[in-house]
Amino acid sequence: MDFVARLVVLGVIVVGVGLFWIWRAASASAHPVGSAVEQPIPFSHKHHVGDDGIDCRYCHASVETAATAGMPSVEVCMSCHSQLYTDQPALQPLIEAWQSGKPIRWQRVHDLPDFAYFDHSVHVNNGVGCVSCHGRVDEMPLTWRHASLNMQWCLDCHRDPAQALRPRDKVFDLAWQPANQRATGTALIAAYHVPMERLTECSTCHR
Amino acid sequence: MPSLSRIDELRRLLADLRGPALWQQLDQLAEHRALRELVEQQFPHLSRAPAMDRRGFLRFAAAAIGGTGLSACSGPPPERIVPQQRLPETTVPGKPVFYASTLTQAGSGIGVLVETHGNRPTKIEGNPGHPSSLGATGIHAQAAIMDLWDPDRSPMILRGGTEVGAWNGVLAEFAKIRQAGGDGLRLMTPSIASPTLRAQIETLLDELPGARWHRHDAVDLSAAAEGARIAFGQALQPQYRLDRAELIALFDADLLAQGPGHLRHARDFAKRREPPQMNRLYVAEPSPTPSGSLADHRLPIGGERVAELVRLLAAKLGIGDTGAALDPTAERWIAVLAEDLRAAGPAALVAAGPAQPPSVHALVWAINHRLGAVGHTLQFIAAPRQGEPYATLLSDMEDGKVETLLMLDVNPAYDAPQSARFAEALQRIPRSVHSGLYTDETARLSHWHIPLAHALECWSDAEAHDGSASLQQPMIAPLYGARPAHEILAALLGDPRPQARDIVQAHWRQRLGDAGFDTRWHDSLRQGLIEGTAAATLRPALRELDLQWPPPLPGPVLEIRPDPTLWDGRQANNAWLQELPKPIALNTWGNLAWVGARLAQQYDIENGDVLRLSTNGASIEIAALVLPGQAQDSLTVHLGHGRRAAGRIASDVGVDVAALRPADGAWRSGPLTIEKTGERRILARVQTQDGMEGREPVRRATLAEYRQHDGALVEDETPQHSFYDANPPQTREPGKPAWGMSVDLNACLGCMNCTIACQSENNIPTVGREQVDLGRAMHWIRVDRYFEGPAETPEILSQPVPCMHCEHAPCELVCPVGATVHDDEGLNVQVYNRCVGTRFCGNNCPYSVRRFNFLQYADRDTESLRGGRNPDVTVRSRGVMEKCSFCIQRISAARIQAENEGREIGDGEVVTACQSACPTQAITFGNIADKDSAVSKKKASPRNYDLLAELNTRPRTSYLARLRNPNPALETNGEDQA
Amino acid sequence: MNGEGWLAAGTTPGDVDARIARPALAPRFGAGWRIGLSVSLLGVLVLMLTVSVLLTVGVGIWGITRPAYWGFAIANYVWWIGIGMGGTFISTALYLLRQPWRNSLSRYAETMTVFAVCVSGIFPILHLGRPWFFYWLFPYPDTMNVWPQWRSALFWDFCAILAYLLVSVLFWYVSMLPDLATLRDRAAGRMRRVVYGFLALGWQGEAREWQRLEALTRIIAALGVPLVFSVHSMVALDLSEGLLAGWHTTIFPPFFVAGALFSGFAMALVIGVPLRKRFRLEALITERHLDRLAILLLTGGLVVAYCYAAEIFMAYYSMDEYELAVTRFRFTGLYAPVYWAAIVCNVLAIQPLWWARVRRSPRWLFWIGLSVVFGMWCERIMLVLSSEYRPFLPAAWGRFMPTVWDWAMLAGSIGLFMTMLLLFVRWFPVVSMHETRQLAHESAQGSREAQA
Repeated sequence: MDFVARLVVLGVIVVGVGLFWIWRAASASAHPVGSAVEQPIPFSHKHHVGDDGIDCRYCHASVETAATAGMPSVEVCMSCHSQLYTDQPALQPLIEAWQSGKPIRWQRVHDLPDFAYFDHSVHVNNGVGCVSCHGRVDEMPLTWRHASLNMQWCLDCHRDPAQALRPRDKVFDLAWQPANQRATGTALIAAYHVPMERLTECSTCHR
Repeated sequence: MPSLSRIDELRRLLADLRGPALWQQLDQLAEHRALRELVEQQFPHLSRAPAMDRRGFLRFAAAAIGGTGLSACSGPPPERIVPQQRLPETTVPGKPVFYASTLTQAGSGIGVLVETHGNRPTKIEGNPGHPSSLGATGIHAQAAIMDLWDPDRSPMILRGGTEVGAWNGVLAEFAKIRQAGGDGLRLMTPSIASPTLRAQIETLLDELPGARWHRHDAVDLSAAAEGARIAFGQALQPQYRLDRAELIALFDADLLAQGPGHLRHARDFAKRREPPQMNRLYVAEPSPTPSGSLADHRLPIGGERVAELVRLLAAKLGIGDTGAALDPTAERWIAVLAEDLRAAGPAALVAAGPAQPPSVHALVWAINHRLGAVGHTLQFIAAPRQGEPYATLLSDMEDGKVETLLMLDVNPAYDAPQSARFAEALQRIPRSVHSGLYTDETARLSHWHIPLAHALECWSDAEAHDGSASLQQPMIAPLYGARPAHEILAALLGDPRPQARDIVQAHWRQRLGDAGFDTRWHDSLRQGLIEGTAAATLRPALRELDLQWPPPLPGPVLEIRPDPTLWDGRQANNAWLQELPKPIALNTWGNLAWVGARLAQQYDIENGDVLRLSTNGASIEIAALVLPGQAQDSLTVHLGHGRRAAGRIASDVGVDVAALRPADGAWRSGPLTIEKTGERRILARVQTQDGMEGREPVRRATLAEYRQHDGALVEDETPQHSFYDANPPQTREPGKPAWGMSVDLNACLGCMNCTIACQSENNIPTVGREQVDLGRAMHWIRVDRYFEGPAETPEILSQPVPCMHCEHAPCELVCPVGATVHDDEGLNVQVYNRCVGTRFCGNNCPYSVRRFNFLQYADRDTESLRGGRNPDVTVRSRGVMEKCSFCIQRISAARIQAENEGREIGDGEVVTACQSACPTQAITFGNIADKDSAVSKKKASPRNYDLLAELNTRPRTSYLARLRNPNPALETNGEDQA
Repeated sequence: MNGEGWLAAGTTPGDVDARIARPALAPRFGAGWRIGLSVSLLGVLVLMLTVSVLLTVGVGIWGITRPAYWGFAIANYVWWIGIGMGGTFISTALYLLRQPWRNSLSRYAETMTVFAVCVSGIFPILHLGRPWFFYWLFPYPDTMNVWPQWRSALFWDFCAILAYLLVSVLFWYVSMLPDLATLRDRAAGRMRRVVYGFLALGWQGEAREWQRLEALTRIIAALGVPLVFSVHSMVALDLSEGLLAGWHTTIFPPFFVAGALFSGFAMALVIGVPLRKRFRLEALITERHLDRLAILLLTGGLVVAYCYAAEIFMAYYSMDEYELAVTRFRFTGLYAPVYWAAIVCNVLAIQPLWWARVRRSPRWLFWIGLSVVFGMWCERIMLVLSSEYRPFLPAAWGRFMPTVWDWAMLAGSIGLFMTMLLLFVRWFPVVSMHETRQLAHESAQGSREAQA
């Protein structure tokens, strides 16, 4: 009759674990890391950056000066595509947008909560490379999220920037690899006067 | 023209909805077939606008919201806008752009810098280059943002008050008027500050000889000019030079907080009040005002009796004869004042307020003349021509002499004296056209209503209190297809496609001449001021005065005043203004009858008792507030409340007192009968305790004490022995800014500008009447007010209280989840997204500055309201604690800027919202680690003290003790407590 | 131990079982019980309504405001958890002290504890502005990489309650196993046999099991006793960590513990007296038992009275202006009636207990107990509000006025407590059979020795 006791104990464990998994499933994010996001125009960074070698800043113009990197206006696209591939069916939404004056409604890939105030400029100017957060965009036919972007992930770098910092002139070079990241990073923290203790203050990201 | 049934269909859908429910309804409506058609035919230009994709005009409002993702495409109108020179000219998304413009209040322009995010106006700052602003802003200017985004604004042209009309219909009417040569046409406007508009009206009067122009101001400020007409033979506008005045006597005049140029007055006054040199201020007034609260000698006296005071003073200075006898206190007060004035001579300034009749002003001008003050502390400029008085219009309307009435930006059916009589007359007029921001009481009675463009939506110009003109430029396309007054008048004169910009530009081209006009135009736009337009000061000759003094009204007199926050009620639908505590009295949401202590005793009146006030055969019922410092022979009530058709915020809040106003629009009426109805109402005050209860939150001293004192004036009660580290390391690292604030109580008017500026900057929600009454108001910086001394003649002390950012913050210790913590620059930061709402921090804050979202206060549903929010500040949700952050978003912006440029943050680079709004610059903010910073210098003053220092919280916000500069001759008797 | 004379003469182990087990196994129960249950269920309904409104609208439905950010929720919480303490003290401390007379009381006292703690647990969670994040108070590895704030009393309080709930539930359940087994064996219907059997976890009554039970009980009891003191000390720190005058004092922990035991004993009487009557337990819960309980109650009351006096003394001794002010507000302020009610119910009402006749009269004890339970609630309210409503800056002075939802929450919690209690007394033994059996056995022995 002792098995009754065991039965009860087992039951408790099973229920507990089950609830935990349900909770985890419920609190999962919309676009999981590494899965390409559907866009009105199947824009390929691989083609534009990897093959054509266009600089990030050509489209994301305000990345060095403002909080938002900036999305290219239709005009920017048209500066090339008024001549190139104009007959491509994939580009039809672009042409329509150009004619109708309505903006293209892209899908957001990197979405931070509203209470987190991320600033591109200060990261770029302190030598955080695009690749550190966005991954090898130049190898993405369709764009996907490279990192979890959750607080733990941010803090991981904010606590130890040496693992990511690179010379300012290498920030937009997605392929660049330092010989010794640790050494480079540590040197740059000093060189760029990175305010280490500030990096983990709540007020750095939350207001 | 759409069929009536369609409109009714819409109206049915909207029937009896209020609050959020209605918003959702409107949202669905926007997709409703009927409305889509209306929108198409009403605003053809809108349906072409890029963001008219899905949801009609509400969506259009939302589309103006640049911040929302990538759909930031609805920009300013096609014309070119030139941002102000000294601020970054950039269209980088996420970076604010500032435009210099002008806002008009009480018939006078104030230069402002409008902060826009993605072309959405979000915040008003003062324009340091503008004579009426000097960088400060008034509460009405701050509230303009809320007005602009108000979802209750008039959405479309109306016909017959209900039916949707079209612009073509209006043009047709205008054509008929022109054919009639303007016969029977009456134009009704408030006092106009825009030179262009005045010029347009002059042209209109020339081209349509039959037309006449009438001026209607619900709050008539013309008494001073009329007084000058008596004294000098011409209508003149006074210029009070408080920067030159050693001794100032104000008779029922709130120069420092109301009327044209009050911001300038406050600044000049405060400059002359920095110890060891201090000016001296005498104030005689019926109700306590900000000016009165700073007075060295304040005499509470009914507005009706002020005339006798002034006459007595004049007589003592050898002008005219005395009036009826006054009580000994007043006699003595005047005697001492007269002595003081004689001694001060040209350095003295005497002024009367708009509530006093022209005769009093005339006498006051004579006094100044006698003292030699005219041309020194008191200057005069020519008053621009305004319309004829409103009274004649009313009688003409009743006699059927008026064919067409065109009402621009006025609401006489509500705010005219005897508005009921006007409303009735209005309906008998063959053709009436109204234009205003709202479909208000008048709009509903008019044949035509045209939505008027908001000042932030259109081109115009305005003259400052000293006559210098500045331009007003649009930040955003009119949200509801509204039209500027300039275009309406031009259309009336037959211009088929009027453009306000062209009209304004043409006016100035003509005035300034073609030579180099374009550069001057652009410079004026950048600087927010047209150089060299300040009016010339005149030297008028004083006439022989022969003044008539009607016998004073007997018994208690009713003072009818503009509301301190709502003014004449045109901004009544503005929740910020409704919830902003009235200076000194600190009541919100609605008006109260202010009663003096002795009168209250006499009639056995307590706070909240509803009184029936009767005079002129009419009566109102209004709740009473027993207010220390209120004169014993008068009650004060305020205009601007009890709106019947103002929108969801204002309608049925407070009591309309228009019925009690005399026909001539005078500011007081009597004899008054007072009865208690026995009913009681809530007061919705933000502070219920009057005295300091022997705890000295406000430290005081006299100038004499200050002078003889060497070293600290107020001793430091911070415990010297403490378990805590005296200077916590995390807040005092070398080479790192340590943010701190200093508040000079000697300069604080208690005018509430800081409170509303903070509300606008930090997305602080309003909570409504009941919640305020429960004590749940959300203002991050409140202004505490204490009455010390006898209830009849108390000393009035104002004290702004933001978060103290204590170095030993009691709130941080008790939060179980670490949602409130210190950062390395010494800020006590509140992390909303971590807060679970235990509210222990709120209990444990000795300064009670923490505010809690007991309910979902922030309106998340109303799309248009989102437009006005500051995208750099989180909108808080229900169940979260919040408080003053020292404008951390501004600090972060400055820090990132500095870091990107590889430099330190300079002193004065971070300016908090409250600091920039303060007219007297009582608030100083900066880096206290830098010994040369402005704030460090302030904190070095012997007047410096910490609030509740004995608790060893080491606040970063400290105060400078309040000083008074009394006349020893008046100190001896007990009517003033030092 | 010597349990002689603690049961009515001639009570044998057999009729102990019979007397206690019968009601639990009876096919139907009195109408009074059914009425009582439906009334309490009504209370539960009110509670559910209140909670759902609370979760949808927000804590703003209560009277709490600035400056009184805490109101009924905290006071109720302190009150309920205090009531629990008395039970634990009786069942554990007296157990360790080898007090034979606790055997007849321990079961329902322990039951009272468990239910009171469950009810009290509702309040601190629903008190939160965002209750759905209550687990942030607990240190667990999260994706935010942030921990609770270790210096805050609220965090330790959170841990204390959890530990306390765990221990008291365990103690209560474990000591019930043999009785559940007895019920299983005596039950008539198959259904009952299965259910009781399931709950009894297969208890067979072998010597091995008895020995383990003994050991386990002793261990948990040893854990429970310090908890009685630590938990309520923690609760006290929730207030005394704050710097509000009237809260910021070192006397609070002992003060609160005393108050807790006090209210606990009172509740034990309020529940015990009717039970004794309804189940005709006079033979098991004798007047001597009541007398002992009454003495405990008196003692607790005197300690509490001393604390009241000490607080006033300290205020004047310190001459701190804010302490003095709060004391004055308590005497004469907005909440003075609550203060004086507490004094009357907690200090004056217990004085009759000096007389043995009162101590042995169930009726007297019931009403005194009731007055103390009420008085202690008033005290909690008084402690929370009288300091809050008039903070340091006069400009911030305000007031707390309870709304209908505040009262609904309180009534609902009482309803929930009563419901659980009524359901328990219907289906489970209200007196520990195996422990009283032991008593009966010993007293029987005792009398035999006497004859020999």
